[in-house]
Amino acid sequence: MQATNILLLLFGLGVLAFYLGRGRSLAIAAPLGGIRKLHSLPSYYGMHTAFWCALPSLILLALWMIFDDPVINSMVIGAAAAEIAPSDTASYNLLLNKIGNLADGVLPRAGQTGPLLAAADHMVSLRQISRWSLTLLALVFSAAGLVLGLSRVASGFRARPAVEKVMQNLLLACACLAIFTTLGIVLSVLFESIQFFRSVPVTDFVFGLDWSPQTAIREDQVGSSGSFGAVPLFVGTLLVSAVAMLVAVPVGLMSAIYLAEYASKRIRTFAKPALEVLAGIPTVVYGFFAALTVAPYLRDLGSSFGLTVSSESALAAGGVMGIMIIPFISSLADDVITAVPQSMRDGSLAMGATHSETVRRVVIPAALPGIVGGIMLAVSRAIGETMIVVMAAGLAAKLTANPLDSVTTVTVQIVTLLTGDQEFDSPKTLAAFALGLMLFVVTLLLNIFALHIVKKYREQYE
Amino acid sequence: MSPADTAKPAKAASKAASKSAPKKVAKAKSAVPKVKKTEPKAKKAVAKTRKAVAPQFKAGQSLDIDDHQITVGKSFSDNAKMTMRNIDVYYGDKQAIHNVSIDIAKNEVMAMIGPSGCGKSTFLRTLNRMNDTVEGCRVEGDICMDGENLYAPKLDVVELRARVGMVFQKPNPFPKSIYENVAYGPKIHGLADSRVDLDEIVENSLRKASLWEEVKERLHQPGTGLSGGQQQRLCIARAIAVSPEVILMDEPCSALDPIATAKIEELIEELSENFTIAIVTHSMQQAARVSHRTAYFHLGKLIEVNPTEQVFTMPEHQLTEAYITGRFG
Repeated sequence: MQATNILLLLFGLGVLAFYLGRGRSLAIAAPLGGIRKLHSLPSYYGMHTAFWCALPSLILLALWMIFDDPVINSMVIGAAAAEIAPSDTASYNLLLNKIGNLADGVLPRAGQTGPLLAAADHMVSLRQISRWSLTLLALVFSAAGLVLGLSRVASGFRARPAVEKVMQNLLLACACLAIFTTLGIVLSVLFESIQFFRSVPVTDFVFGLDWSPQTAIREDQVGSSGSFGAVPLFVGTLLVSAVAMLVAVPVGLMSAIYLAEYASKRIRTFAKPALEVLAGIPTVVYGFFAALTVAPYLRDLGSSFGLTVSSESALAAGGVMGIMIIPFISSLADDVITAVPQSMRDGSLAMGATHSETVRRVVIPAALPGIVGGIMLAVSRAIGETMIVVMAAGLAAKLTANPLDSVTTVTVQIVTLLTGDQEFDSPKTLAAFALGLMLFVVTLLLNIFALHIVKKYREQYE
Repeated sequence: MSPADTAKPAKAASKAASKSAPKKVAKAKSAVPKVKKTEPKAKKAVAKTRKAVAPQFKAGQSLDIDDHQITVGKSFSDNAKMTMRNIDVYYGDKQAIHNVSIDIAKNEVMAMIGPSGCGKSTFLRTLNRMNDTVEGCRVEGDICMDGENLYAPKLDVVELRARVGMVFQKPNPFPKSIYENVAYGPKIHGLADSRVDLDEIVENSLRKASLWEEVKERLHQPGTGLSGGQQQRLCIARAIAVSPEVILMDEPCSALDPIATAKIEELIEELSENFTIAIVTHSMQQAARVSHRTAYFHLGKLIEVNPTEQVFTMPEHQLTEAYITGRFG
């Protein structure tokens, strides 16, 4: 049976177990004088039985699916004839792929050598066995769990704490899942980056001032060696982000202050969702808005002032990105400003401060940690933003601080490095992982810095 | 219209309303024989002229609040700092204060007592127009300080609040240093020309609030790190730093322990030498200890104003007596 079918079956069995357990507890309770004689509510007994029925099988299923393929693969290769035995990891993977494709029927059997076909048949039969034994074991586990669970239903049995313990562990498992996923992503990026740093020295990458990743595919082509200096990319990223923050922070903050402090209820109910619509616009729409509307406009405006503005400028990309980020800042800042207790405002107003003095001298300082937190989140968002810069900022890796010039960012380069057909052992492709790693480190440092700032300047009320 | 004509509808109205009146009050009413005789027109005439203090003592008294028309006792003063005449306060459609007239004399401590929801805090907040910040709140009547109408359109609220300071129920120091808390008002109003001036103002205010000795070593630590009683004294220091003429206190000790309360009460007595103080309190003992005159509010009406000693020994009004003897509230 397929894993999906087993899953469905287990779900059905779980539901069945729930009703059986519940029914049994009711049956036990009836002669004792009603469910008040039970330790827990009948549904807890049902849940408890269902957990016993489904959880062991689910765990088995999960483990089986993790170890299924590696075990079968090694068995197949181990039993394969000597003439096709692989010599290194690359050919090992290639061979496995070939056998797997043969076994799945993706590769036509005609024209393949005998040992290969034998290995493929071996794989098919092993998979069959694995599947059947899994189904059988799962059913046995479920049945045993069901019987065990039902046998534990008794008037004195404390089903409620037991169920809650399981629930708690489920929550823990979900939290772990998120953490392990993050860890997994970091590690995979890290390992690819290490591979990259084998061919390009770390110092060249981190401090290099020249970025031209176009390596030749064949040795005899021109420009056979690329250069991987990441500095222009990070400068470009910071430039675009800085422009974005220059737009987003004042506008976002001030609109938040207006909404939280001055707007009447009617305006607020209308304006707040309207502002948040900005966050719902897809970034690709912002992208072509920046590239087709804002950038040409800026270029024409610049030329009327006698300035040369590139038609793909950091200013256009950053400005539009800033507009995109406004709702992040305004929404978060609005929340923290509203959370400042009214007693603070009353205290200040009663001293004869005007409303705006109260906002500037009392409310904003009290809300500062939250505001800084929101800004830092927005900075991370700006640094990681891709679509707008791909469309509006350009691809030329120039080392410049002039926002009127075209720049490129880390994310744009990752996109260009990884789109299309790529060979996964050339530094050109691996550079994307190194860039990703560095981007990750930079945002992490920013977050730590932000946390530190928040801790230092926290003005606690209460 | 003769008095007899007006009495009838008044009676009908009171009957209808007494159904919804609190049970305890209703019970008390049946216990005491009702003396029912009121002159509805008289109240306006009394209120209009300050000197015409002709409270009708035992006449017009009833434990039924709906019958209540006239404040008994000595509401008015010859040496008034603040004069309030015919104050009505509404929250939207709901009337919270009904026709209150009272004077607060210079350098006097006026206590306002009464059961919860009787409007004493609302009344206090009309005195420095803090009710302006409440949406839907409307104040009618005349409130004057030194003869100047506080609700006149040309009056500067900001300046008014500098002259009438306020201390709140819960200590609410700003999340700043102790020094900055006290310096807040002087800075806003430009009271200090130099750093030295400001230091002096801060020190004086903290001394007046008898907090200086406790905090002089840590002026630049957050005010929120102080204990509750110290925080409240810090708030008082903050209020007196702008040299107000009147200080309003809205249950300043309700969040404090007895020792901190005693300190604040001592402080109130000292402050009354320089300031006029109006204090709302739930503690009758506190009112008896600190105040010169006491005003008793009941369901938005001012029932009785008299020297504190008299209120607590021989109250003029039955409602006041019922409250201070613990029959309700």
